[in-house]
Amino acid sequence: MAEATSTAIKPVKRASSGRPNTLALLLNNTLATAGLVVFGLIVLIALAAPLLPLPDPDVTAPANRLFRPLTEGHLLGTDALGRDILSRLIWGTRVSLLVGISATLIAAFFGSLIGLVAGYAGGRVDTLLMRGIDMVMAFPYILLALAIVAVLGPGLLNALYAIAVVNIPFFARNIRGIALGLSRREFVDAARLSGKSNAQILFIEVLPNVLPVIIITMSTTIGWMILETAGLSFLGLGAQPPQADLGSMLGDGRKILFTAPHVSIIPGLMIFALVMSINLLGDGVRDVLDPRLKSGALTRPVARTAVTRENAPQDMTPVAGAILDVRGLKTEFRFGGQVYKAVGGVDMAVRRGECLGIVGESGSGKSVSAMSIMGLVPTPPGSITGGVALLKGEDLFAASDERIRQLRGSAVSHVFQDPLSTLHPLFTVGDQLVEAIQAHDPVSKTQAREKAIDLLTMVRIPNPAERLKSYPHELSGGMRQRVCIAMALAHDAQIIIADEPTTALDVTVQAQVLSLMNTLRKEHDAGILFITHDFGVVSAICDRVAVMYAGQFVETGTTEEILSAPAHPYTAKLIDCVPVLGQPDRRLDAIEGRPPVVNNLPVGCAFAARCPRAQEDCRAAPIPLTEFGEGRTVRCIHPLTGETTDV
Amino acid sequence: MSDAPLLSIEKAERVFGGGRTLFGQPKPAVHAVQDVTLEVHKGETLGVVGESGCGKSTLARMIVGLDAPTGGRIVFDGRDLVAEAGHDLRRLSREVQYVFQDPVASLNPRKTIRTILEAPLIHLLKLGKADRERRLIELMDAVNLAPEFLERYPHEFSGGQAQRIGIARALAADPKLIVLDEPVSALDVSVQAQVLNILDDLKARFGLTYVFISHDLSVVESVSDRVAVMYFGRVVEVGEGRTVFREPRHPYTHLLLKSAPAPGRRSLIAEDANTELPDPYNPPPGCAFYARCPRHTDQCNAQMPPLEDIGAEEGHRAACFHPHEGR
Repeated sequence: MAEATSTAIKPVKRASSGRPNTLALLLNNTLATAGLVVFGLIVLIALAAPLLPLPDPDVTAPANRLFRPLTEGHLLGTDALGRDILSRLIWGTRVSLLVGISATLIAAFFGSLIGLVAGYAGGRVDTLLMRGIDMVMAFPYILLALAIVAVLGPGLLNALYAIAVVNIPFFARNIRGIALGLSRREFVDAARLSGKSNAQILFIEVLPNVLPVIIITMSTTIGWMILETAGLSFLGLGAQPPQADLGSMLGDGRKILFTAPHVSIIPGLMIFALVMSINLLGDGVRDVLDPRLKSGALTRPVARTAVTRENAPQDMTPVAGAILDVRGLKTEFRFGGQVYKAVGGVDMAVRRGECLGIVGESGSGKSVSAMSIMGLVPTPPGSITGGVALLKGEDLFAASDERIRQLRGSAVSHVFQDPLSTLHPLFTVGDQLVEAIQAHDPVSKTQAREKAIDLLTMVRIPNPAERLKSYPHELSGGMRQRVCIAMALAHDAQIIIADEPTTALDVTVQAQVLSLMNTLRKEHDAGILFITHDFGVVSAICDRVAVMYAGQFVETGTTEEILSAPAHPYTAKLIDCVPVLGQPDRRLDAIEGRPPVVNNLPVGCAFAARCPRAQEDCRAAPIPLTEFGEGRTVRCIHPLTGETTDV
Repeated sequence: MSDAPLLSIEKAERVFGGGRTLFGQPKPAVHAVQDVTLEVHKGETLGVVGESGCGKSTLARMIVGLDAPTGGRIVFDGRDLVAEAGHDLRRLSREVQYVFQDPVASLNPRKTIRTILEAPLIHLLKLGKADRERRLIELMDAVNLAPEFLERYPHEFSGGQAQRIGIARALAADPKLIVLDEPVSALDVSVQAQVLNILDDLKARFGLTYVFISHDLSVVESVSDRVAVMYFGRVVEVGEGRTVFREPRHPYTHLLLKSAPAPGRRSLIAEDANTELPDPYNPPPGCAFYARCPRHTDQCNAQMPPLEDIGAEEGHRAACFHPHEGR
């Protein structure tokens, strides 16, 4: 997963080319667009009120009272005093909008200020400010607004103040939460070390990052504020006669609701349309601006990666002895019209009891390759566009969803990098193990619990019966990863796909987990597909290694051969650029440049631009993976042979 | 190497929590750093290595004045660093700077690189516009980045480039000492080498002194003159890098070195699974490594082993009653 996102994020260039812009994203949301259109229309009409040929909204004409709508000269009829309802409606909307927006701005300003200061300062200041806010919140809002209006006296301006004050806590609490998180971020420390004062950090560093949240909060609050204004006016505490305002119009019509319903229904509908459109638009704005939603959380991936290969390969006989045989695997991601070829044709075979390591840098496609096998790449945006994955001869890409569900966690299981995010924080380790056991095995809870104890014993967790009652956060990182391994072995797994399982662990713990995995694969005769970036880890556990670069294997072979005599210049460089323990004087040979972005791969060798041995023919055509001795392949036409080791 | 150390940390201690609640109940306290005594001489690189939770980052934050020790003294260039950080962090920041672990998180996502790099020039050095411009070009050149990158935003950079910007920011005020907190652990291996080479180059060019914190033994070995190994908030072994790595005396250092994966090393000798860190709220009275140590005796559990000179080499010290033999 991490691999997939990093592949996706890296290519974003200056003007975020190819990625839809904010407005396009907003317009993509039908409801939000509808809201925008309605709201825009209402605002336009309200703004144009002085220009429109409307009768004076406040002139009474008792002779013309209570005309029905669609009367000559009064499109929406007249009210109890004979005033034109259309005119009053438009002028009233103007007032309501003005009050709603001003109140929101005032509340946003003071609320955000309080929230920012409280979140940044923390400690006593935070306690003091937030308890004050709590006190404001402890009153029912309408009561508080009434109290404020009672003190200040009725009137539109006073109603505006009351509504603003009542809504300050809403902003303060929201912003404080965000500011609190931001203030503990590294860039704030960095700004402090750059000599900035607290005020400078708060307003120059923190505020710009909070701004989207303020705007989101505002967009979802305006509707609410207009409703509250209408509420106060309805009670006669807002706009004073004869001034028109949606709430007071509603209040006027209340007494004649049964004789002349249109007098109250029309402003009621207006309030409904206005608030509804603002809320729809506000939700749309939030979805677009919220970074969590922006990253694609709104597009719900389906349970299995889409397979869109055109024709499956004819030859489906697996390599002799291989449990897992993947051939020509291609996985692509589509973002805003661009195609990212994360995996561009990968062949691999894992035999029983064997450990195949896939080594590569971030973005090389190693995780995506592994995730594709069981259809764990999120769709959209990912899809498998070619190749075949055979599990003991069965084509996994052609299997039914139900079949894949059966295989996941039983014949093929996964161990991921971060055990803390893999395990559910709210359930005990025992519950989760029992669930994993019962998912594929119809045994009673007691039996499952016994099996869970056996599993924990197997992964060398001391005192397993007690540990079953622990929550993930109560275990150390190494223990958590052991639990994940136990879970992966719950159903006699034939293949374990381990995606950087030790990267998040400390070295001493890493050594333990590696030797545990090494023992278990022999005990269970299971194959391991081991993804890592560390050649040291590879040496410790893998029998064979595949080195991956820009979505393709560039070299495969046994661990010893590859480490002692790498044939592909990339492999050689990758080994040379890592400091090795015990050789402090070794010159670190950095690889200049950066890996290519997988939406724009060169025709020839993807490594040519960084390769010291690159020649004209390297760039001319795709380089095939060729045999290079017994059980060894290399994707290079000028491979390193023994005598020229100095790359 | 001059005689007076540039930075000397004397019995530094940092306790988190503690104190009493409103009703007088004592609150739990965690000793993140305890009794740490280290010296850093001008021009050298002190590597600090240890596993997560050993207090190395807390130590780093205390050296740059982002955190204050609850006990002990930190002296920089003859001045009390803790007092100075309290009343004039800017003065300290002109001489001691920090490079963060996560290069992207340490750059404000809404500021251009120019704004980020100008901040220390404006606030710490009070440079004028023309001087600033010149210095910016110098800095970008020092970390091998093109000057046109100045107008870009942090998200447009890869991890390695972002970390070079982080280094440029630390260099901006022309400091004497730079504390590097895991500066390469978030980077890909090929990029890691680029950054390490740049750091090495800058050190020679500007006569810098580094405190290099990392959990990666091979990286620390390749950059450090001297190494301090930390475990559970204390320094358990310190000495010349070569000596410590070739002849580790403390059993923990021994274990670390045995556990580290290296290309070509087939078997990792792993201890058995019951190897938890001690409970930080309830630390053992003696050596914190007692439960994991194959050489432990009753004495280790009863008494705290002091950090003492050991072996032939000067400055090689280990806190162990039963250290491994020197070769």
